[in-house]
Amino acid sequence: MGVMTTFNWAVALPELVLALSGIVILVAGVLQRKGEGFFPSAMLSVAAFLVCALLVLLAPAGQGYAGTFVNDGFARFMKILILTGGLAAVVLSVSYRTNDAQALPFEAPVLMLFSTLGAMIMASSANLMTLFVGLELSSLSIYILCALERENVLSAEAGLKYFILGSLASGLLLYGISLVYGYAGTMEYTGLVEAVRAVAMPPMGLVVGIVFVVVGLSFKLSVVPFHMWTPDVYQGSPTPVTAYMAGAPKFAAFALFLRVMAGPFGTIAPRWQILVEVVSILSMVYGAFAAIPQTNIKRLMAYSSIGHMGYAMMGLAAASSAGVQATLIYLAAYLVMNAGVFACIGAMRRHGREVTGIADLAGLGKTNPGMALALAIFMFSMVGVPPLAGFFGKFLIFASAWQSGLYTLVVIGALSSIVGAYYYLRVVKVMYFDAPAEEFDRPASSLLFVSGGMGLATVLFIAMLGPLMAFAHQAAVALVG
Amino acid sequence: MTPAIASIGLTPYLIVSAVLLVLGVFGIFLNRKNIIILLMSMELILLSANLNLVAFSSALGDLSGQVMVLFVLTIAAAEAAIGLAIVTVYFRNRGSIQVEDVTMMKG
Repeated sequence: MGVMTTFNWAVALPELVLALSGIVILVAGVLQRKGEGFFPSAMLSVAAFLVCALLVLLAPAGQGYAGTFVNDGFARFMKILILTGGLAAVVLSVSYRTNDAQALPFEAPVLMLFSTLGAMIMASSANLMTLFVGLELSSLSIYILCALERENVLSAEAGLKYFILGSLASGLLLYGISLVYGYAGTMEYTGLVEAVRAVAMPPMGLVVGIVFVVVGLSFKLSVVPFHMWTPDVYQGSPTPVTAYMAGAPKFAAFALFLRVMAGPFGTIAPRWQILVEVVSILSMVYGAFAAIPQTNIKRLMAYSSIGHMGYAMMGLAAASSAGVQATLIYLAAYLVMNAGVFACIGAMRRHGREVTGIADLAGLGKTNPGMALALAIFMFSMVGVPPLAGFFGKFLIFASAWQSGLYTLVVIGALSSIVGAYYYLRVVKVMYFDAPAEEFDRPASSLLFVSGGMGLATVLFIAMLGPLMAFAHQAAVALVG
Repeated sequence: MTPAIASIGLTPYLIVSAVLLVLGVFGIFLNRKNIIILLMSMELILLSANLNLVAFSSALGDLSGQVMVLFVLTIAAAEAAIGLAIVTVYFRNRGSIQVEDVTMMKG
């Protein structure tokens, strides 16, 4: 087979289109007058995301680019999640104003677009090289996004912290990749499968390499003990950027985790399973307890995301096709409720300034019943109250872990979600039972659109569950077989 | 296996790169002074991985490690540029690039 026959460029059609449109939007933005480029650039990015989502469904399955890139059911599922997360964040950024009433620079949607592109490449990686390049494309764009509010010292500090810890994580991941490459002799996942299968006892260097890779990916997922950056970065970044960070990059890191661990290293699952179990337990417990004293809702969401990633890791620890399927459903549920909460946070403004205290929500049930209802739905869904989205995610995760015999994990998960209920429901209590604070400004229509849409998706998740399960099942089968 | 690797073996390369990695990681965690030193430590970590990749590539007689190094060098350059840009933005707001001053948010 020559290079030309294995090139098969069409498998990466969505990525190619997204990359090209990113470059075109960037050029178009530069040609606009200063300060006026944001709206057209955001609208063009939304269009590019929609076209790309369509192409994801149409692109042919198979391997391409000399075996470095793969498009299968799993990649497709993750890419749809990633694109939805990116799209929601871009729509949220449309109405965002800094405290000096400035819109974000027009590069913001384009950077989100490039970061989404990197995330999609990660989801499709079939080679450690593609993995690293995709991861860095995604991360480098986010470093800039965090520090994008240039006059705000908190934003600059968030960017700096994320940059330092993120690059450290990438460095460790790369070192791990170099060891895996050296001891397995190849960078391709298919080659790694054989290299791991061929020996009864994998060499020490390979195991150390795998641990480094797990550490690097855990940093990106913000699971305990690699979570330190999360609350500060979530608090300091502009709200749409926080919404973005809590979505797409997490899905991409999970896609990698599942692809690498359940794929090439799936045959030595008993060797790394305990690591994933410990990380999962620590994240669930830490996310539940550390969130209790928080007074800032963006920090609360950071701890909440740490906890949620812990639950999702449980499906990976189950190391079965049902576990992968459960993780995918969990991530889909997390996507809708998370984007919804951030749309509500974006609407928390008084006299044109952003407020982020939980106390600022006091009496929202009287002053703005619609927004209070939406936020209450999202909070109940995060707790896992049936029949909302979060319930199905948690239920499937617990069921798959129980089937795999991880009883301790299930019990700890159930207990920590009871603790978690306390801080989620406290938000509901503040909204409905505390004396009303001053009213918020009228929310922008883009925020209403996202929170309404995600609220409906959270409530009607049960209606979408059938097709979603089938889609996730296909994805899990493509990955685990 | 290329002659250079064959004469002294893979181990010295791996040791040097492990030492570079440890230096880089300690540079990040023990350094309480200047953010620029953090950037230098990050470069050390990336270069230690690069050394590993080149050594393995040469020992295995497989080119993909060296191709990877080219990608990593490009990414490292982009990363350094972004890092310096963020440090500049931070300095304009805060008037300092001491590590101990990066504490506006805590908890």
